[in-house]
Amino acid sequence: MAKKITQKTKTPMPCRDAEERSHSFEEVSLGYTLEDARREAERCIECKNQPCIAGCPVEIDIPAFVKAVADGDLTRAFVVLSEKNLLPAICGRVCPQEEQCEKVCTIGRKFEPVAIGRLERFVADWAAAQGLEAEGVRVAPTDKKVAIIGSGPAGLTAAADLARRGHQVTVFEALHEPGGVLIYGIPEFRLPKSIVAREVHALERLGVEIKTNHVIGRTFTIDELFTELGYEAVFVATGAGLPYFPNIPGVNLVGVYSANEYLTRSNLMKAYRFPESDTPMIRAANVAVIGGGNTAMDAVRSAKRLGAEHAYLIYRRSRDEMPARKEEVEHAEEEGIEFLLLASPTEILGNERGRVTTIRCQRMALGEPDASGRRSPKPIPGDTFDLAVEVVVFAVGQGANPLISSTTPDLHVNKWGNIIADPETGATEKKGVFAGGDIVSGGATVISAMGAGRRAARAIDSYLAQGMTDGA
Amino acid sequence: MYPVLSNEQLAPDVHRLWIEAPHVIRKRRPGQFAILRISADGERIPLTIADVDHARGALAVIVQGVGKTTRQLNRMAPGTAVLDVAGPLGRPTDIHPGSRTCCIGGGIGAAVVYPIATGVKAQGGYVVTILGARSRDLVILEDDLSRVSDHLVVTTDDGSYGRHGLVTDALKALLDEGAVFDEVVAVGPLPMMRAVCEVTRPIGLRTVVSLNPVMVDGTGMCGGCRVQIGGEQKFVCVDGPEFDGHQVDFDELASRLRAYREQEQEAAARYDEECASADMWAV
Ligand SMILES: Cc1cc2nc3c(=O)[nH]c(=O)nc-3n(C[C@H](O)[C@H](O)[C@H](O)COP(=O)(O)OP(=O)(O)OC[C@H]3O[C@@H](n4cnc5c(N)ncnc54)[C@H](O)[C@@H]3O)c2cc1C
Ligand code: FES
Repeated sequence: MAKKITQKTKTPMPCRDAEERSHSFEEVSLGYTLEDARREAERCIECKNQPCIAGCPVEIDIPAFVKAVADGDLTRAFVVLSEKNLLPAICGRVCPQEEQCEKVCTIGRKFEPVAIGRLERFVADWAAAQGLEAEGVRVAPTDKKVAIIGSGPAGLTAAADLARRGHQVTVFEALHEPGGVLIYGIPEFRLPKSIVAREVHALERLGVEIKTNHVIGRTFTIDELFTELGYEAVFVATGAGLPYFPNIPGVNLVGVYSANEYLTRSNLMKAYRFPESDTPMIRAANVAVIGGGNTAMDAVRSAKRLGAEHAYLIYRRSRDEMPARKEEVEHAEEEGIEFLLLASPTEILGNERGRVTTIRCQRMALGEPDASGRRSPKPIPGDTFDLAVEVVVFAVGQGANPLISSTTPDLHVNKWGNIIADPETGATEKKGVFAGGDIVSGGATVISAMGAGRRAARAIDSYLAQGMTDGA
Repeated sequence: MYPVLSNEQLAPDVHRLWIEAPHVIRKRRPGQFAILRISADGERIPLTIADVDHARGALAVIVQGVGKTTRQLNRMAPGTAVLDVAGPLGRPTDIHPGSRTCCIGGGIGAAVVYPIATGVKAQGGYVVTILGARSRDLVILEDDLSRVSDHLVVTTDDGSYGRHGLVTDALKALLDEGAVFDEVVAVGPLPMMRAVCEVTRPIGLRTVVSLNPVMVDGTGMCGGCRVQIGGEQKFVCVDGPEFDGHQVDFDELASRLRAYREQEQEAAARYDEECASADMWAV
């Protein structure tokens, strides 16, 4: 029998003051107190059909963990959560819940849905503070060696699951720090790096070896991992790291960045602390970021924190079509980000030193819905405007990095360069090689990458158990 | 951590460091580079792998102290270590066995040309090297290059050593004397590479240059190293660093190289000050 609703709106998330935080890289959301969390968990009416479970890409038993929070049994809540989700502190912060579990929440049909993401974060942070770790299956060590390429959410998840199944796991990471987009892309103010480091340490305690500064395709090829280093299976989880620039004049002027570069300089290389840190970046008074996804939001909010007086977000559709998490759009607005919607850059102009001075934009109107179901923008002839800026950041999507595919001729890719893999198992056409995460799906989400890592780990485990007879 | 095995000065402000990094040299081929980071707050800088020593699992980098990080590197004593070395990065030099190649190295560019010349020679090529510097004390790697060259010409801008003049003068003289090359490999300051390309373009002599844009990751992820080659966008760290010099947009590259000039100068000046005061306390 379903309970009655106790409160129509979500229990508010305590946040740092908008003005204060727009100058600081400290985390914006402060997290629920126990009281907040229990009050929010009480809102779940314990409906019979539990649509939220299917709404979750990794099928967390959401009603059970929410009930445990309501009962004040946080240990039980954490056990339920971590059965399915290896990185709940991260997912609670970055999952697009409004598109997933919360979208289908029964009370959400009439009121605001249960704040499942906030509860997930609360439980995970509580568990970390208690020093609790996910249990998971643990079996006797095998002598099978598995190589994971890339240490983003897909690679980390697969590594943990395979280590728990007793295999000897090595993660090869091209950069100097593990974490993938969680480290180089998503800023500190949204996902503190200490949380990512904590998850990586937990992996190391499971016996996973992490080798940074190893660029597979160059340091070793995939074939060499098998033939020279003795790995018996390889999981490719290299993400979607190849930034796109639009084909317009001026994209190579000084001051034009990809969001990847802008965020890598700021997050991974800590350029916001220059000159204490050695990596510089151009700190401009006027910055335009192009795009409407999470990456664009992260870049434009970073620009503001790096001292921009005007941080503009230029997006060719309207606010409703923005793919970014709703909470991030709201936070951006509160922090004074200036949204220029229904506009698209046509040219970037520079001075005699080759530095950006102006971005020229075309105004757009929304037409009919396109294949993705979103209304597609059409230029309004003759309606253009110029904006004085010194930095332009493109967050208009990414392609697949070709380093691995170009050095592994028998690994097949589609026309966008994404590796072709079985969606259920991650198996590729190359024997012993599995792939998952953004390198297969194209830019997606942390949780979908984790899900792919988990499915691949299961498939790799059975591939190894079967004496490697199939899987090709 | 990657230990520094030795540090030897080759010219004022130019040092050769041997650094242990076995995983980076295992598959390394001429033309490739590594990315180094000295310490936790350090920047990632690309440096050509000038030489490798498989017995010690070490690579050599030749460093000109132009900014803070390079000056810091040049002060690193044997027994210290750098935090990160990643590589080998970039595509190896496309060496055609038996090719008659004119290798031109200007200033620190000699460090890039040396492994290429070595590779060409090892593939049965005929190597003529033109080694240029502003003055005698800035000539580096003369002995190393003469070992892998069939013929070596040294030029100095001020005439203090070797032939008086620019590398392009020496190249023109060789061509006038009837030297025949399948290709030229030119590495050095941008104006030098551009000038070499202007000499070889009219006679249709294939000229390869090695570019050194600003880089961050070195894996193709950031696009900071992008350049225009024949009107097409390329990422130097994965598509290069070597390109057909006749297709390179040198003006654009020059302005992109200046992107952080002011910050770099600020950081270098601060570093020099810190060193000066540290040295003062040391005595
Ligand atoms: C700025 C930004 C913000 C985002 N915000 C959100 C969000 O709020 N919510 C959300 O759900 N999703 C978000 N995403 C998307 C999400 O981060 C990705 O979908 C997810 O990280 C993909 O995981 P992955 O494991 O496939 O790859 P990645 O996280 O990209 O990790 C791949 C790793 O592989 C390494 N690598 C690549 N090539 C090699 C090689 N040849 N050898 C060795 N290592 C290699 C890379 O250095 C990297 O560390 C965001 C993405 C960006 C860029
Ligand atoms: S250095 Fe980042 S893409 Fe080349």
